Parts: sequence; C-alpha cells; structure tokens
Amino acid sequence: MVEVAFFAGAIGAIGGAIAVVALRNPFYSVLALVVHLVFLAGIFLLLRAQFIAAAQIVVYAGAVMVIYVFVAAYVGGIEEPLFDSAPQLRVFGPVLAAALFIEISIAVLGSALIGLGGEGVADVPAGFGTPEAVGRLMLEDFLIAFEAASMLLLVAAVAAIVLAGRKKETGGAG
Amino acid sequence: MNAAFWGWLVLLFPLLGSVVIGLTFRVLPARAAGMIGVGAIVAAFACGIAATISLQGEPAESRHVADSLWQYASVGGFQIDLGIYVDPLSAFMVLVVTGVSSLIHIYSFSYMQSDQGYHRFFSYLNFFVFSMLLLVLAGNFVLLIVGWAFVGFASYALISYWYRRETATRAGMKAFVINVIGDIGLYIAAILIFRDLGVIDYGAVFEKAPEVFQTNEWSIVAICLCLLVGAFAKSAQMPFHTWLADAMEGPTPVSALIHAATMVTAGVYLVARAHPLFELAPAAADLTAIVGLVTLLIAGTIAIAVTDLKRIIAYSTMSQIGYMFVAVGIGAYSAGMFHLMTHAFFKALLFMAAGSIIAAMANNQNIDRMKGFGKAMPFTAAMLIIGALALSGFPGTSGWFSKDEILDFAAFRGGWYEIFVVGGFIGAFLTAIYSFRIVFRILPGPPCEETAHLIETGHVVHGEPVNPATGGREDTEVGFPGEEHHIAEQAPGMKIGMAVLGFLALVGGLLQIPGVDDVVTSFLEPTFEDSPLAATHPSVSSAWLGLAEGAVISIAGIALAWWLYVKRPTAPATIRRRFRLLYTLFVNKWYGDQIVDFLVVRPVKGVGSFADRIFEPFLINGLTGGTIATVRSAGGAVRELQSGMLRGYAFLMLSGIVAVALYFLIRSI
Amino acid sequence: MAIEWYLVLSALLFSIGLAGVLIRRNPVVILLCLELMLSGGGLALLSFSRLHGDGDGQVFVLMVLVVAAAEVVVGLGLVVAMFRRRIPLDVDEMKELQG
Repeated sequence: MVEVAFFAGAIGAIGGAIAVVALRNPFYSVLALVVHLVFLAGIFLLLRAQFIAAAQIVVYAGAVMVIYVFVAAYVGGIEEPLFDSAPQLRVFGPVLAAALFIEISIAVLGSALIGLGGEGVADVPAGFGTPEAVGRLMLEDFLIAFEAASMLLLVAAVAAIVLAGRKKETGGAG
Repeated sequence: MNAAFWGWLVLLFPLLGSVVIGLTFRVLPARAAGMIGVGAIVAAFACGIAATISLQGEPAESRHVADSLWQYASVGGFQIDLGIYVDPLSAFMVLVVTGVSSLIHIYSFSYMQSDQGYHRFFSYLNFFVFSMLLLVLAGNFVLLIVGWAFVGFASYALISYWYRRETATRAGMKAFVINVIGDIGLYIAAILIFRDLGVIDYGAVFEKAPEVFQTNEWSIVAICLCLLVGAFAKSAQMPFHTWLADAMEGPTPVSALIHAATMVTAGVYLVARAHPLFELAPAAADLTAIVGLVTLLIAGTIAIAVTDLKRIIAYSTMSQIGYMFVAVGIGAYSAGMFHLMTHAFFKALLFMAAGSIIAAMANNQNIDRMKGFGKAMPFTAAMLIIGALALSGFPGTSGWFSKDEILDFAAFRGGWYEIFVVGGFIGAFLTAIYSFRIVFRILPGPPCEETAHLIETGHVVHGEPVNPATGGREDTEVGFPGEEHHIAEQAPGMKIGMAVLGFLALVGGLLQIPGVDDVVTSFLEPTFEDSPLAATHPSVSSAWLGLAEGAVISIAGIALAWWLYVKRPTAPATIRRRFRLLYTLFVNKWYGDQIVDFLVVRPVKGVGSFADRIFEPFLINGLTGGTIATVRSAGGAVRELQSGMLRGYAFLMLSGIVAVALYFLIRSI
Repeated sequence: MAIEWYLVLSALLFSIGLAGVLIRRNPVVILLCLELMLSGGGLALLSFSRLHGDGDGQVFVLMVLVVAAAEVVVGLGLVVAMFRRRIPLDVDEMKELQG
C-alpha cells in the first residue's frame, strides 16, 4: 500500500518537474510546478510530516505560486526564442545534471547507513510531525532561527517593494 | 581611587577634547571650541594634581603605580600591555606639561582669535597634549614609542599649521623626518632591550638590567646610544638640531608649548626615565653630557648672531636643553628636572611675549626693526624683562637656582667633569648677552613705525600678509589668520597666561634653595633612590659659592649687553667687522644645515638618482613589466570564460561540483 | 518502504531542477527550477528526519520554505523591474559581467 502511494506520488512529482523544465510557456511551467508540489506533499505525508505537507500545499502551492502566476501573467507568456546563444549548454547541461544524479545515487545506495535497509527504521514517537510537535520545536529550540527567518521575510518584502515599485523620477521608464 | 586612576583621567581629557573639537568643527562656534580645548587641559591638570596627591599618600618605597587597561598584544612570551606607570618622575612631568599647557591654551584662546583654523588649532593642540602625556605616562617602551611618534606627528601638524605657507610645510616635513630618525633609534633600542632582557615594561626592565649587563658592556652601551638618538632628535641636540629653528614657522603658542616647554624636553625625560640603564653604561651617560655641552655652547653663539626674534629664542631653547642633558648625563637627575621645569616657565613666557610683539609688528620678526616697545606695550615689556632675567640666571630668579644647581653638581663630581662647569659658565655668559640683546634692542629707543602706530591709535598695524622668512606675499584665503591679529597684549587671555608664567618664572626657583628647602629633589627622590649618584649632594656652602659665581657671570653678561647695545650702539657693527669670519660662522648657524646637506642629503639624493636612472627603468620596470605581461596573457587566456552569461557560470560551477563529488566517490572505493 | 527511494527521488528532483536552470533562459522559469531544487533538498531533509525520528529536520524544511519565499519575492521583484524597464526577459542578454 505504502509502495503504491510512494510510486504514484513519485511519478506525479517527477512528471511535474519535467513539465516545469520542458514546457515553453512560463505560465504552464508555473501550473506544472503546482502539480509537482501537490504530489510532493503526498510523499511528505508518507514521511510522517503532516504539518510540512499542509504548509507546502497552503503556503507554497497556494500563496507563493499565486505570485508566480501573477508575474507570469503580468510579463506575458513570452515564449523563449528557438535560437540559443549557447547551444552546447542544451546538451551538456542535462548530461552533467544526470552525472550528478548518478553520483548522488551511488553515494546514497553505496553507503551502508544504518537503517537504510528499510524495515529497521526506528519507529517515530507518537505525535511526530504534528503541528504541535513542530511548533514546540520551533518556538523552544529554534526560537532564534525562527525570529531570524521572520526578519528575513520582512527584509525581502521591503526589498521587493523597492525593486518593483514605480520610481517617480524615472516615470518615463516605469 | 589610586594614582593610576587619575593617570588615566589625565590622558582621557585631552584626547576627548581633541576628538570632540575635531568632529564638531562645523557646528561648534569658535569660542566654544576654544573653551573645550582650555577646559580639557585644565581638567587634566586637576587630575594630575589629584594623582600627585594620591601618590604622596603612599610610603616612599612603594610610591609608584603601574596599571594596565588591557593587553595590547601577547605573542610567544612577548607581552605588551596598554599600561601606564605613575611615579614621582612621571607625575612631575604631568604637572609641568599640563600646567604650562593650560596657561598656553588660555593664551592661545585670545591669540588665535582671528585665525580661520581656530578649531583645527585647538584640536591639534589638545592632541599634542594627549600625546605628550602618553609619552610621559607610558608604562613600557612600546607605549613610549607610540607617544613619541604621536608628539612627532602633532609637532609636524602644528608647524605646518599655516599650510598655505610653503616654508611652513617644508619646516614641518624637516622636523618630521628628523624626528622619525630619532624614532627609529628608539625602535632599535626597544628591540635590543627585548632581545637581551625579554621584557619591555619599565619596572621589569630596570629590575633585570643590572643582573644581565656588565657595566659598560657593549650591548647596554648600544641600547643607550640608540635611546640617545631618539632623545637628541626630539630635543634638537647636535647633530639633529637643525629642525628646531625652522620649526618657528608654526604659530607662536605652538613654539611656546611644543618647541620650548614640553616636547623638546622629552629627550631629557627619556634619559632620566631610563637612568638605570645609563648608569650601567657610563660611557653613554658621559656622551650625553658632552653632546649637551657642545650644543649649549654652539646654540648660544648662534643666538647672539641671528636677528629673527623667534629664532633667537629657539636657539636659546636648544642651549638650555643642553644644560638639561649635561645634568642627566652627569647624574644630577633632579637638578635636570628642576631646570626643565623652570625653563618651561621662563621660555614659554619669552615666547608669549615674543608672540605679542610679533603680532604688534604685523608679523615682522626681525629685531633690528623693533624699537620702543617699552612704551608701546609696557605689560609685554615687563614680561619680556622677567623672562630674560630668569633665562640669564639673574640672582633670585628661577633660572639662577636651577642652572647653577647643575653646574654645582658637575663641580662636585670633580675630575674631568670640571669642563662642564667651565663650559656651563661660558654658556651662561652667552645666555645673558643674547637674552638682554633682545631686551635692549626692542624695548628702549624711539618708536619705529609699528610701535608709533600702536601708541597713537591703540591698535596694531595691519600690514600686508607676508611670509616672515622669505618676505613674499601670502595667500590668506585658507588656513591663515584672516585679518592680522588685532589684539597685541590687550586680550585678557594673553595677559593671564603671561602674568601667571611671569610670576612662576620669578619665584619658581624658591622651591629649591640650597640649605633652605629642596622640594623638587625630595619629591623626585623615590624615582632616583636606586641611583648611587642621587644620594650625593654638594655641600650647602659650595652650592652657595656656585650660585654666587653664577650671579656674577649673569650680571657681567647683562652689563656687557647693556654696553654693547645701549651705551655704544656702534660697537656691535665694529665687532662684527673685526671678527667677520666668526660672525659669518655664527650667523650661518655653524653651517649645520649645510653639513647635514653635504653628509646626508647629497648622498641620499645620489642613491635616489641612481635608483631613478638605472635601477628603476631596468630592474624594477623589467620585473614589473614582465609580471604584467605574464598576468595579461594569462588573463587573456581565461578571459573567454568570463562570458557574462549566467548559465555559463552555473555550468562551470556544476562541473566543479560533479568533479569534486567524483573525486570523493573514487576515493571512498 | 526503504528510505533510499526517497533519497534517490530527492536527488532526481534536484537534478531535474539543475538541468532546468542550465537550459532555460526565462528568469521566471529559472526561479521555478530553483524551487524544484529546493524541494528536492527539502525531501532529503524530511527523509533523514524520518530515518532518525528527529523533528529537527522538519523545522529546517520550514526554514527552507521561508528562505525560498524570500528568494521568490526578491527574484520576482527583479523580474517585474526588468519588465518595466523594457529589459528583455532573457538571462543571456544580461552580460555586463563579460570580461
């Protein structure tokens, strides 16, 4: 049962990912990423990360992707020209990426990490991955990181306003 | 609150004053800046008194405090603390420095009033006082060097204070370069001390030195000679004396403070401070005294010949510092410090009076032109006479007691030290002549143009702004007194400064009357008690005998000056004609500048032009040119990679990651 | 279900995102591909978190989420600014760094 769910989720996520890269219209790429994120959230559930999965769907696939959609719609569905100024990258890029994938796979499968054999995986404590557990961790052990992250978001928001805001002086360009 | 606490405060106030004035020069009105400057120094003086009082509260044998704020560096057993050392000697110097500085600051508050760089002046001046106090209070040789270099910089900045005047900037550079030569001597001395003793803190050095060194062993003599290079350069002794006369390009309060009362005496302080080392190297100590003697004689003869008012006083300063070096060289430490103190009083007073006169002369400094000041500026004239009396050692004044105490000590040591007595009395005779040459030239007589103007209108002449050294017209746009000084001697600040110093110059000697009291000696005793020479004193009767001889010589000198410059005004010209050779030698300052030029400047220039013509084009340019060509071709080779394409960079980065991962995978097999 | 599968899946997602960064030229799509790489990394974190039964990894994924959001905000702000200034939306056109 778990296997079925995993492979279903994995196929969906991989398909979504490939679609993001392959589709020519950025708007469709965004939608493909949403699909990918939803399937990935399913896999998160299999890993007993309920809260992360929910956050993934709500925050990521919900909120962040909406910004993408807006921007993609705003700048228009500009399709990439077929002419490529660096055609060799089209070939060597994926090749190197594949090489990296193979290397990581060899590393993962070749290193005999304890419990990687599947059945020996320690059972998680009750309540693992629930909002309560994550919240407790975040507000007790990782409070400073949490505050730093909130600061980062604030700064990013200000930066976005500065970057994208209309300049009065250069009104002609804006 | 112990003495060290007050010592830190002494350092803090001038530094704070300098920084505050330096940073707020745009917003602060000039008067406020001046008040901050004066206030900071007066506060430092108060803290110096507090430090002295708390030091006196200790028993004599533990009357020294070393305190460290933090550790500056600690490398393999080499440890430098940011530490101060307060003992009677440094407390004495702190009192002299801050006390005289306070008065000179008050004087400058009025004197510099019309100057456009008022803030800059007070910021520099406070910085100088801070540096000088750091030099005095430093607890180890490294911090001493820091203070030593700081005062060198402050002196440079203040000599070149009127930076539009080319002669001033040149003089500043000259002073700085010669001072840096001295600094290098100090560095080498500190390195040698550390090499031989492994410590640099005063206390530890002086404790270990007698165990490590034999008397007159070459290494201790070398250390002392290097220290002397620093001391002589800072104190303008032969052969490093040429900068001091040129340093008179700075504003007169600067001449009074730095180039008369405080900084130039730093060399004397250094020798007194390092007296345990010099006592292990009697050869170096004797050299100190001999150089002092030579300088005091040569400077005295020059002072008789030159006609620039400030330069006369400058050569007189060199001469008086020569006395101090004689004192610390022969072991009369407290007498040397006593003379340092009285000299600070009367020499600062003379400079202040000279500043007042020069302001009234519209910056003309030639004493041949000055006449009739006795009527035009009676207060200044009185101060000038007091200063000259003290300088020439007239009976009862401070200079009489302090100068003759040195010579008594030399006589007391006997043997070949008698030459210091003879030389010292000849120098005293010269001193009396040249100091009263100033008085008799300037004060009596029919008023000259400027003094007449002053007497009639009560205001000083506003002449064309000219360079007193070259006579060329000057650009007064920036960094100059806007209009000429309006104040002459009317300003209260100048009067206060001069009056207090005049009083001190008159009565300062009463601190140390043979057979009656010995305030300075007993105050300094804890510092010098380890010296075998300090315990010995000439007897009271011989001291009074010496004083009597000094009085006779001083009065004789004054009488001769009176005869030469008042009774027979034509006599100087006759003498000048008859001894033309000697006169030329004196008026050209014994060709000191030319000798230095021939021995040092020319060879260095030769090396420089060799480097410029041969070394640089072929060797350096060949090397650098080759390097450049190599780098350029290598750059050309990898330039293609800098395509500016983001994806290209990402690709390169990925290649690297893949390669590194591959390396680790292969290694793990 | 063996943990290796999850890790291999995360590596695959990461590599796909990487390939996308290399071959696509539209900055919006490049940002999307970066999201793919981040989610691959997040998946690996969750896998190890599950393996060790330790919740720290999950908190870390949340942090990654925050950082990704910040990056998106700034990145898209840049895209909008470029669009406003009529700069072509093609990373190959921006080559002022050329040596």
